[in-house]
Amino acid sequence: MSSTTNSTGGYEAEAVRVSGSKPEGPTVEVDEGRRDFIHLLAAGTAAAAGVGVLIPLISQLAPDAAVRALATKEVNISAIEPGQAIKVIWQGKPVFIRRLTERELAVDEETPLSALKDADARNENAAGEATVENRIASGDFVIVLGVCTHLGCVPLGTDTGDNRGDYGGWFCPCHGSHYDSLGRIRKGPAPQNLAVPPLEFLTDTTIRLG
Amino acid sequence: MTLKRTLAALGAVLPLALAGGASAAEGKIKELKEPSWTWEGIFGRYDQQQLQRGYQVYREVCSSCHSMKLVAFRHLAEDGGPFYLEECPVELGLPSTTDCSDPAANPIVKALAADYQIEAGVDDSGDPLIRPGLPADYLPSPYANRQQAMLANGGAYPPDMSLLVKSRVKGRNYIYSLITGYEEPPAILDVPPGQYYNPYYPGDTASMVREEYLDEEGHILHEYELPPGGAFKMAPPLQDGIVTYEDGSPETVDQYARDVVSFLQWSSEPKLEQRKEMGGFVMLYLFAFAGIVYASYRQIWRNVEH
Amino acid sequence: MSHESTYVPGTGFERWVDKRLPLVRLGYDSFIDFPTPKNLNYWYTFGGILSIILVWQIVTGIVLAMHYTAHTDYAFQSVEMIMRDVNYGWLLRYAHSNGASMFFIAVYLHIARGLYYGSYKEPREILWGLGVVIFLLMMGTAFMGYVLPWGQMSYWGATVITSLASAVPLIGDPIKTLLWGGFAVDNPTLNRFYALHYLMPFLIAGVVILHIWALHVPGNNNPSGVEVKTKKDTVPFHPYYTVKDGFAIVCFFILFAAFLFYMPNTLGHPDNYIEADPMVTPAHIVPEWYFLPFYAMLRAITFDIGIPFTDIVLINSKLGGVLVMLGSILILFVLPWLDRSKVRSMRYRPVAKLWLILFFLDVCLLGWLGAQLAEQPYILISQLATAYYFAYFLIVLPVLAITETPKALPRSISESVTADKAGMRKRKTPVGMTAGGSHPAPAE
Repeated sequence: MSSTTNSTGGYEAEAVRVSGSKPEGPTVEVDEGRRDFIHLLAAGTAAAAGVGVLIPLISQLAPDAAVRALATKEVNISAIEPGQAIKVIWQGKPVFIRRLTERELAVDEETPLSALKDADARNENAAGEATVENRIASGDFVIVLGVCTHLGCVPLGTDTGDNRGDYGGWFCPCHGSHYDSLGRIRKGPAPQNLAVPPLEFLTDTTIRLG
Repeated sequence: MTLKRTLAALGAVLPLALAGGASAAEGKIKELKEPSWTWEGIFGRYDQQQLQRGYQVYREVCSSCHSMKLVAFRHLAEDGGPFYLEECPVELGLPSTTDCSDPAANPIVKALAADYQIEAGVDDSGDPLIRPGLPADYLPSPYANRQQAMLANGGAYPPDMSLLVKSRVKGRNYIYSLITGYEEPPAILDVPPGQYYNPYYPGDTASMVREEYLDEEGHILHEYELPPGGAFKMAPPLQDGIVTYEDGSPETVDQYARDVVSFLQWSSEPKLEQRKEMGGFVMLYLFAFAGIVYASYRQIWRNVEH
Repeated sequence: MSHESTYVPGTGFERWVDKRLPLVRLGYDSFIDFPTPKNLNYWYTFGGILSIILVWQIVTGIVLAMHYTAHTDYAFQSVEMIMRDVNYGWLLRYAHSNGASMFFIAVYLHIARGLYYGSYKEPREILWGLGVVIFLLMMGTAFMGYVLPWGQMSYWGATVITSLASAVPLIGDPIKTLLWGGFAVDNPTLNRFYALHYLMPFLIAGVVILHIWALHVPGNNNPSGVEVKTKKDTVPFHPYYTVKDGFAIVCFFILFAAFLFYMPNTLGHPDNYIEADPMVTPAHIVPEWYFLPFYAMLRAITFDIGIPFTDIVLINSKLGGVLVMLGSILILFVLPWLDRSKVRSMRYRPVAKLWLILFFLDVCLLGWLGAQLAEQPYILISQLATAYYFAYFLIVLPVLAITETPKALPRSISESVTADKAGMRKRKTPVGMTAGGSHPAPAE
């Protein structure tokens, strides 16, 4: 195109600039307001459509149905004898299920809250202080996430023969955190007690995690 | 040459081209039956009762030969599926924290899955771990592998049913016609043992014509017509009364066929209801959007001669 | 851009940026204040539609890639995982697969527009050539994308199309092996197709930028085919054509949504819902609908070409088919030099217009033939249709450029618009041109 235009834009004389400019002809004010409204409405509808398109684009990032179907897990705990513990995988993380002996329970009962590094229960099912009853799932079962609250290693102490640390619970080999038999942090760099996952006893011998 | 006129012309030509492609793919078969289906049309939805019956027919009849590898038990409990529950049935007395709309917690599907013994990895001693099924498990296949399936079915491989409706031309009507359409073979055909004649099966009947109906060159005598369809190795799967329905629906071959085809349609296209629901909203939105933009367009161009 | 920049930075910050990287100025001069002929009709909206669909395909494609597994053992299952388990996966997958069809609908109409209004002629030859490059890239992308679900049509389509390479004399078979990365279409083939399918849309986007650049140097052609003479012939791109393109885009998405939500599998082939099986070929292999015209031309060449009265074969039928198919697209590159008529728009070429409409019908016919079985009488009709396809470019256009007497051209775009308006008034009662009038403005 060889023609040049000056800086004010010299298009067809009748053409009206739309973007909120003052009316150039003998147009009525009210009319102009209504006219602007239709352009705003059009732009708004386009923007809303854009947001609508974003919904599926973002939701697809969330866990899909196959993953969600494994978000809960039912575990049979009838075979665990006092003093034994098992490890199960739930949501990709280890969960320790341990049945305490009477002696361990007695020791835990005697431990004052003041001796604890972290006095919070860290229990999804029971908020409050880290007392025995707030840490224990039911009867004599202790169920905790097997993820050290320091930097995410898996503590030892579930399998027979493992190092259970100075307090007879779990011991994290990465940086030397010691947990007691209720999974409470007693010594070492970990800041918090081992978390108790959301769980429910469906029957006396079946629990549902998640 | 306006856009409108041209589009109208294209609209007339395109379907022709597409239809041509579809029909050319089939052998000569009898014209398919076309029953009405609840999920057809813009507002079509599945009938949940029918899907449940269809699952029952699949489980009690089809699943002895046909796998359904892409469907997990939990899918049966998803919104739009045969056993979806919005709320837990009160009579089961489940804890209030149980969410039965969650496919993994649906009590019906949990029970269905638990009826199966599933091999899931190995146990602590390295032996195969056999445990009751969970909602997250996929429907078990009747045969361990393709070779076993072929051996058990006279050399024919029973196709996986997960996508059966979508993987056949006019799948719903084809499957319905096929399973309700078995006939005694016409007298001029000699059907080999272990095979069954069906006028809807896209096979070839020319090779089965009896000797006495052929001329010297091996063509069929001109006063006879080649029967439609073909023969294949699936025996008629349904008989009246073979499956017992609990909801009082008629226990006939026709009803079984309708129900199982509905179930197969669901397994091919489990998100059909969500799709049409969203489609309705999107179409309304787009029509309103088009109207608004058109008004804006007219407004902007009102003083330009073009 | 050839027109003088009219961008005035408003704030100090804008001035600061403009001095260092005048990106805003580029955008402003290209898409806001770009002088555009005022008589563009709805046929000219497909460029805008195509850019939106390209973005749409890239976005949905990237998202699908997050869930897809490019391995022969898992590809089919991973696609079904997307359809069944990924949140809105069914929507994204149908949007992408139907989006490809929409892309081709729009690009065919866009090409047809160019042919009708002579948009390929001087000074827009490079613009046109870049468009053909985009079309070729699109075909490659679509073909490789169709292989990814690893259904029966994916596998056998890939086998048939890559085997075309074996038509090349001497080195054909080594090329085929090189394409496959094996002795048949297999896992290496799937993997490389996936990598390239991911890459090529970005190449397309790059060429699209060149295409728009090449458009903005000479400016738009228009239905009258007469170049812009004065400012009175143009309007600024924004808001005039943003809103017009916007309206067309929304209308196009209504068509898209109708397929996506109500007949998502109509344009596909049922066999692709059966997992790929190297032991069983489907009874009837057809490519996706948008390749059918070219497929028909490929199959039309059933005869060898050699020296008459001898047994010497120069080009066997297989190679001939491949050459014809390639030629049918490559010939578009030289179209600007085949059609030497000075008149661009078919509006003023009464004879050429009829031949062009016949050409459009011919392509539709070829599309239909591509879906038929390779037997008579379809082969003969395909051969005739292929002959006309090439004759249009090689004989009809060059001859008409000399023999045809075009109608008198309008002196300017404004004059052509006024003449159209007068014609309209004669035909029907005058319609007030106020906002909210009951009839849309005439498109031409």
